[in-house]
Amino acid sequence: MRTRIAYIASNTFREAVRDRVLYNLIAFALLLSGAAIFVGQISIEIEKLVVINLGLTAVSLFGIVIAIFIGIGLVSKEIEKRTLYTVLSRPVRRWEFIVGKFFGLAGTLVVNTFFMAIGVFAALFYVSHKFVRADALILVALYFIVLEFQIICSLTLLFSSFSSPLLSAVFAFSLFVIGSFAEDLRNFASMAHGFSRWLATGAAYLVPNFSAFNVITSIAHEQPVAGQLILQNTLYALFYATMALSGAVLIFERRDLK
Amino acid sequence: MPAIEILGLEKTYSVGFWRKRLKLALHPLSLTVEDGEIFGFLGPNGAGKTTTLKLLMGLVFPSAGSARILGREWTDPSVKAQIGFLPEQPYFYDYLTAHELLEYYGQLSGVPAKQRKQRVEHVLDQVGLRDVQGVQLRKFSKGMLQRVGIGQAILHDPKIVFFDEPMSGLDPIGRREVRDLMSQLKSEGKTVFFSTHILSDAETLCDRVAIIHKGELRGVGAVEDLTSSVQGTVEVIWHGSQVPASIKALGAGCHVTGDRVRATINESQQDAIIDALRRERLRLIAITPVRTSLEAYFVEKLRRAETTAGSTK
Repeated sequence: MRTRIAYIASNTFREAVRDRVLYNLIAFALLLSGAAIFVGQISIEIEKLVVINLGLTAVSLFGIVIAIFIGIGLVSKEIEKRTLYTVLSRPVRRWEFIVGKFFGLAGTLVVNTFFMAIGVFAALFYVSHKFVRADALILVALYFIVLEFQIICSLTLLFSSFSSPLLSAVFAFSLFVIGSFAEDLRNFASMAHGFSRWLATGAAYLVPNFSAFNVITSIAHEQPVAGQLILQNTLYALFYATMALSGAVLIFERRDLK
Repeated sequence: MPAIEILGLEKTYSVGFWRKRLKLALHPLSLTVEDGEIFGFLGPNGAGKTTTLKLLMGLVFPSAGSARILGREWTDPSVKAQIGFLPEQPYFYDYLTAHELLEYYGQLSGVPAKQRKQRVEHVLDQVGLRDVQGVQLRKFSKGMLQRVGIGQAILHDPKIVFFDEPMSGLDPIGRREVRDLMSQLKSEGKTVFFSTHILSDAETLCDRVAIIHKGELRGVGAVEDLTSSVQGTVEVIWHGSQVPASIKALGAGCHVTGDRVRATINESQQDAIIDALRRERLRLIAITPVRTSLEAYFVEKLRRAETTAGSTK
């Protein structure tokens, strides 16, 4: 069972690599090196702040786009092209396929983030010529970004298990945007009354709370991140991704592959 | 123990967006395929052949009924290690090479790592893809993809292979090779279940066939039984270029081709035509009973089904 999931995951990773998904790293490197040279020339004292903000935001956005772009086709493309027929007619359970696909996509994003992180640290070294202890906080921000990716991957798989790639992309991107303002939604819910309060509270807790994962600005200002937040975000991402994946499995287990 | 037992499998789809209605894709189907036989599943396009195969592969779920494969419930995952499946017009991960694809399917089928390499090499040889094993599948022609499809179906040395329209898209040589491969699989003791609408292939290969039309089973039996309903007619061939009057008098329908004459005649006149040929000193080449072709049987079944459906409307 574990090995079948690993085989499916590694094939998903191989597909991403062969389809030149990792070429985005070139665009990322160009963006970051351009930005580092640019801010190095025009700003005084805030070069580091700009590089960290820009670098980590780019890591997050590049990864989200890749997660949605690949994730939406993970199941629907296999059904459409009928590649799934020769996989599921083997001793592969449907849930193994979904979980394998998830790990393949998540692994692709982790590798992608690893190379981008090297880029961020290189740009940082270029503008400040040294590393300080507080720079290690960037690793926490990167960890939170990776957790965000796990949630997005599981959600795109969930949408991909029942809808078309286009609709899946719309759903996933909308949830990402709404989730980035989840704190505002929660504040609104606490101020609303009656039915709208009930509705807003439900929506606020149902959408993924991405705002809790965004520590880029505070880290750029060298403010520490509480250990409790790290634990809380880890458990939240684990719970949310498991729930979304379970939903994907439940739908896919009952789906006729016409 | 039969290789495959289909016990009243039925499939109904819900169609329409707003006003849902049910469409019966497969009437309750019951069928038994014996161990070691080549079984042809015949029917025109849209008859329900692919639906049946998808049901057996667990790709769609039945509305009713069940099946047993090798004596076990068809949904039992251990059964799937013993079967191979070639879908109609197969499409594979085109970023992989033929070798990588077979290796991947070997992994998923649970072929032990030690044997996997050997099996992949053997199957690449068997389907004639050894020379292009390192080429990505996106550069393969339709015929080559069909070969890859057959390769992945037999890779894990299954006991039963299911082929959905295996000759589709193949040139005459490719079709011949697939036919030879199926015969070889049978000689290795495997059961072959294949769907086709090319009747000549079924007639050449199959031990038994089933005919399906509009989701309903119309007939099943050994090819010889279905085609041996001799019309009481024999075909007589002799050397010559003219038809003697004594043979014409027997009421034979004659056709001259080059230096041969073919005559079809009622079986009861067989001795009389032989006597006439002796008298005329003509050299007899062959006498063969005229059999109903599988095609004639098939067309007759479908015509009868259409008539029945028309009269019940």
